[in-house]
Amino acid sequence: MTLPLIVAKSLRQHLLSTVVTAASIALAGGLLMAVWVVKTQSNDAFTKQNAGFDAVLGARSAKLQLVLNAIFHLEASPGNLPWTDYEDIAKNAAVALALPIAVGDNYRGYRLVGTTTNLFSVEHAPGRKYRVAEGEEFAAGYMEAVLGSFAARQLKLKVGDKFHPYHGLNFDEKQKHEELYVVTGILEPSNTPADRVIWIPLEGIQNMKGHDAKSAAEISAVLVKLKNPIAGRGLELMYNKQGNRLTFAWPIAQVVAELFGKIAWFDKVLELVAWLVAAVATGSVLASIYNSMNERRRDIAILRALGARAHTIFLAVVLECAAIAVLGMVAAFAVYLGITGVAAHIIRTETGVVLNAFAWHPILAWAPAAMIGLSALAGVIPAVKAYRTNVAENLVPVS
Amino acid sequence: MPLLEICQLKKSYATPDGGTLVVVDLPEFKLEAQTQVALSGESGSGKTTFLNLIAGILAPDSGSIKLNGLELAGLRESARDRVRATTIGYIFQTFNLLQGYTALENVLLGMSFGPGADREFAKSLLKRVGLDAKLNHLPRQLSTGQQQRVAVARALANRPKLVLADEPTGNLDHTNAGESLKLIREACRENGAALLLVSHDREVLAQFESVQELGKLNRAAK
Ligand SMILES: Nc1ncnc2c1ncn2[C@@H]1O[C@H](COP(=O)(O)OP(=O)(O)O)[C@@H](O)[C@H]1O
Ligand SMILES: [Mg+2]
Repeated sequence: MTLPLIVAKSLRQHLLSTVVTAASIALAGGLLMAVWVVKTQSNDAFTKQNAGFDAVLGARSAKLQLVLNAIFHLEASPGNLPWTDYEDIAKNAAVALALPIAVGDNYRGYRLVGTTTNLFSVEHAPGRKYRVAEGEEFAAGYMEAVLGSFAARQLKLKVGDKFHPYHGLNFDEKQKHEELYVVTGILEPSNTPADRVIWIPLEGIQNMKGHDAKSAAEISAVLVKLKNPIAGRGLELMYNKQGNRLTFAWPIAQVVAELFGKIAWFDKVLELVAWLVAAVATGSVLASIYNSMNERRRDIAILRALGARAHTIFLAVVLECAAIAVLGMVAAFAVYLGITGVAAHIIRTETGVVLNAFAWHPILAWAPAAMIGLSALAGVIPAVKAYRTNVAENLVPVS
Repeated sequence: MPLLEICQLKKSYATPDGGTLVVVDLPEFKLEAQTQVALSGESGSGKTTFLNLIAGILAPDSGSIKLNGLELAGLRESARDRVRATTIGYIFQTFNLLQGYTALENVLLGMSFGPGADREFAKSLLKRVGLDAKLNHLPRQLSTGQQQRVAVARALANRPKLVLADEPTGNLDHTNAGESLKLIREACRENGAALLLVSHDREVLAQFESVQELGKLNRAAK
């Protein structure tokens, strides 16, 4: 009972430095956990994300560009392909569903993607289709739009609202199209990139005034769902090896994994920075306790005069350092939720991929363990100094 | 058997110029249980060093210190800590209260390294020294006289066989000093502890039936 009392008293007696060092532990520990969780969760979420498709067929290009453009609705389209290519793959025996898309317009930064009403029969997750939650599906050939839930919320558009599309994938006020579209429906949230899209009939993009006349018979890509995912191998061979006009990006997860492979060095740098910050924070525990050792000498001498053993004093200092880390790591979870919350929001806004800040990850157990352990270890240095305090000399006040 | 029996005790310090200064050179000293003895000695005559040797805070260069039948001179530091925690109470000129702890907590700490914390006994000791209304006061919220009384209660907290007092009234005014000394002597008697007090103050020494001159006992004192 005595040891916790001594530790608690000391924490209180040096309240300011306790709070400041605990705060630095909180920031460092929160950052460490956040970096880890955002990194592994986004890796996971992006590689699992396929919006319900197995492959993308597009103009000859890098598979990654094709996937980013057609599945994640990011980056520029690598080019168009004729309608006949869609007809060919749609007829292929291995293909369960082929969805042509056309891009090239936006409304206030949110992409308009032209497609067929087949969109609404795609299962983006087992048993879950892209379902209109409010209003109704667009009708082919009409200037109607169904908004992804996130786009609708951000644009504050409701069923019945009307808007003019803008030309290009990036918003430019001068590029307004004359056509007026009406919102007929809003999709149920799917937690896929489709949530950030304004879906319109394919003909809408193809025939938008001011678009190249040639584009009327062209599409940007075909999203493909296979009857059996293994069948992708044959199609890949056909399009990528035997042909040289088109690219068949399959399997999507592997294409995205390659992207993460390319930016793995960035993860490593981030990790390293997080660890360095953690090391600096535990170092600050050491420094603050060590620096206060002079003020503590008299208290230590008094405790020793009352019969406390040197290793009790040693233990008290180590425990005090660990206790600062414990306080800091409790607060670190608030920091962690703050950082992951902001990161998840940004990732969702930019990509439509949803991370869960509250999901469990082992780092949430071993980062606190590591920070507390390292702080206790750092405490050994001032603890040795405390252990060696000369009792007789420090019992008399310095005159 | 005396409570404290000292024989050929020597202690010297290293001086800044590289030499050694012999501070204690005491052929013989005895103290019976439950008695009270005052040691007189001028400033610098080695009084504090002598008490620190008995308390086991300092280790002697040579000689023997038998306390309650146990030879301290050969013990390791942690064993001496244990002896101090269980059998010795120490009262200092500067009180040496822990500033972050209340009166009651200071007294509780006086027992927690030895017999273990006993709140009721701690409270009764503070009541005995007239501080039952100040249990939760911090030292800085108490007068000097009250602080010294907390120190007296703390010295008795581990039910010691021997209380060492190092110029316990040196920081108190005349009236307080007289009362404090009376309190120390009575409290030690009531609790069955022997008292060894060192001082250079004639008025203090005059209160004791048994006064020994450290200058005469200690061959190192000039
Ligand atoms: N740690 C030390 N190192 C060197 N000399 C010391 C030390 N402590 C005390 N002394 C010297 O030992 C002598 C006795 O000191 P002390 O026991 O404090 O005497 P008193 O309590 O009677 O005033 C003094 O001359 C003092 O300067
Ligand atoms: Mg002295």
